Amino acid sequence: MAEKSMREALRMAMDEEMARDKNIILLGEEVAQYNGAYKVSQGLLDKYGPERVIDTPISEEGFTGVGVGAAMAGLRPIVEWMTFNFALMAIDQIYSNASKMRYMSGGQFGVPAVFRGPNGPAEYLAAQHSQALQSIYAHVPGLKVVSPSTPYDAKGMLKSAIRDDNPVIFMEAELMYGWKGEVPDKEYLIPFGEAAVKQKGNDVTLLGFSKPMSVILEAAGELTKEGINAEVIDLRSLRPLDEHSIYASVRKTNRCVIIDEAWPFASVGSHIGWLISKNCFDFLDAPVELVSSEDVPMPYNHTLELAAQPSAEKIIRAARRTLYRE
Amino acid sequence: MALSRKKNKESNKRLSLKLFRTMLLIRRFEERASQMYGIRKIGGFCHLYIGQEAVAAGSITSLDLTKDYVVSAYRDHGQALACGLSPDELMAELFGKKTGCSKGKGGSMHFFSAEKHMLGGNGIVGSQIPVATGVALKLKYKKEPGVVLCFFGDGAIHQGAFHESLNLAKIWDLPIVYICENNQYGMGTDFKRVSSVTELSITSSAYGIAGEQVDGMDVMKVYDAVSRKTATARNDHVPGFLEIKTYRYKGHSMSDPATYRTKEEVAAYKEQDPILLLKVQMIKNREITEEKYKKLDNEIKEICRNAVSFAEGSEEPLVESLYKDIIA
Ligand SMILES: Cc1ncc(C[n+]2csc(CCOP(=O)(O)OP(=O)(O)O)c2C)c(N)n1
Repeated sequence: MAEKSMREALRMAMDEEMARDKNIILLGEEVAQYNGAYKVSQGLLDKYGPERVIDTPISEEGFTGVGVGAAMAGLRPIVEWMTFNFALMAIDQIYSNASKMRYMSGGQFGVPAVFRGPNGPAEYLAAQHSQALQSIYAHVPGLKVVSPSTPYDAKGMLKSAIRDDNPVIFMEAELMYGWKGEVPDKEYLIPFGEAAVKQKGNDVTLLGFSKPMSVILEAAGELTKEGINAEVIDLRSLRPLDEHSIYASVRKTNRCVIIDEAWPFASVGSHIGWLISKNCFDFLDAPVELVSSEDVPMPYNHTLELAAQPSAEKIIRAARRTLYRE
Repeated sequence: MALSRKKNKESNKRLSLKLFRTMLLIRRFEERASQMYGIRKIGGFCHLYIGQEAVAAGSITSLDLTKDYVVSAYRDHGQALACGLSPDELMAELFGKKTGCSKGKGGSMHFFSAEKHMLGGNGIVGSQIPVATGVALKLKYKKEPGVVLCFFGDGAIHQGAFHESLNLAKIWDLPIVYICENNQYGMGTDFKRVSSVTELSITSSAYGIAGEQVDGMDVMKVYDAVSRKTATARNDHVPGFLEIKTYRYKGHSMSDPATYRTKEEVAAYKEQDPILLLKVQMIKNREITEEKYKKLDNEIKEICRNAVSFAEGSEEPLVESLYKDIIA
């Protein structure tokens, strides 16, 4: 199998799908002539032409809404947001239109569109450019929200997203675009709502998704040295959420640490914490731990910036707490 | 008080010197910032202002910042220096130090000074335009004599925030001048590819606000145009709009090699360099000599070198400060 970067894997998914279905278009800032601000769409303009790979002005609300309308009328747009930070300017189109169109129209209109781009903490970018925003999307019924942690998953899940008849929010970690992993050339799809067990273990369940998976695996490695065998689960999709895998693991290990780099209040992580307390109450031997971003806007200073985020050390300490070793 | 023009030779000279000094300070500061970025003392996005100095210098020099306000975008180093923030505190901010103008929490895109009436520093394209409009609302509400200058790029003009703000400013008669710094590119996009009209100065007319195009390589022209617009905004409470044509010599940010434009294009603009143009003018008017220029330039280079030493010698913010300044 070939090693591919995250950005290449995402590009392969769009390329293969665009070749398959003429209704798929890609639009956003700098996606065409500049080949994408993060070079994810490199080469697609040359291959598919300006009718299908479309540069937009900096007008997030406008072009996001255009994606919604085009999807209602039969196209299958991929809307690239330069980053999720800027997509906040388009949130009304997602909250009021994309997510609710099927419901409001009594099932007459769907929005088969993908809204994708980089999400999450970056480096030295300060409060407005460095934040994990999954919780605000996962909050809304009518959306699917996915966030892969490997190039392999990224390709298979983006292809599923493009074929999905619902609006899919596809979140790529900004710092992961250069990360490499095995990606087969052959066609494959990864369905939503199926978590991946990354490591089997009996002592504590570590649950996460997206970029934090790397520190989670690092923490799991360190814990093994202390004789703590963690089970590591990558959720991959947040809506639908693979509750089955979560409960099965917690019922086995009886302890759980959730890792979510968003803020702790009303987040995906805190929601899962509630689900576990409700559905695994009799199996828990310790309170569920949540390792989140600190509850602060992201500072520019690098030392502070690192202190604000989940780290292997924070995860290890949380895992120890569930075992009453700290 | 702001310096006035055309009163007499002496005040003209003072004004020229002030504008020249401000532009040179911005240029030298940015050159240092670029160097420091190169050796990774500065991280993240760093949008340099080299080439556009005449816009910040020409417009902000016409203000009285005890009464007036400035609001800007992420390419804010030039405006901050023109507002009188010290090179020391700005460089320290770029280094993420406690002594920075935003205590190391903001970085390049988030320069602020309450004292100097510099209200940012905004990283979201167009997001500062309604904010600036709100500052103008306070001036009107409090019947204060000030005016707001709101800076943004050609890229921001397509955001709803721009159009909504102009409408509000007009129906409420707010004392604000919107300044579109048209450096012709929004990241890698030539504005002509994404603008339905290429005379951006006419966009305000849809809201009953007179727009005007200004040569942004000529600092005196900028100074005069902004002075006229601010006078109208201040005295008659009529918002104004200026499209100031300028050019950035560097890429969009430090990570952009700017391959979407030609060397010839950049070279042509460097020939009308705003600092060079004013220098030639000042030599002609006997307002400066080559010798005096050298002395001034060395003095300013020294100031920027010292700013680096200051930043380097400053302390990192304490980790405990993570939870400070979130809520009052
Ligand atoms: C809402 C939003 N969308 C996209 C971006 C990413 N971005 C940063 S600067 C920029 C180009 C803006 O160009 P312009 O407004 O002309 O200002 P200039 O950089 O030329 O000063 C873009 C697209 C952003 N910061 N905010």
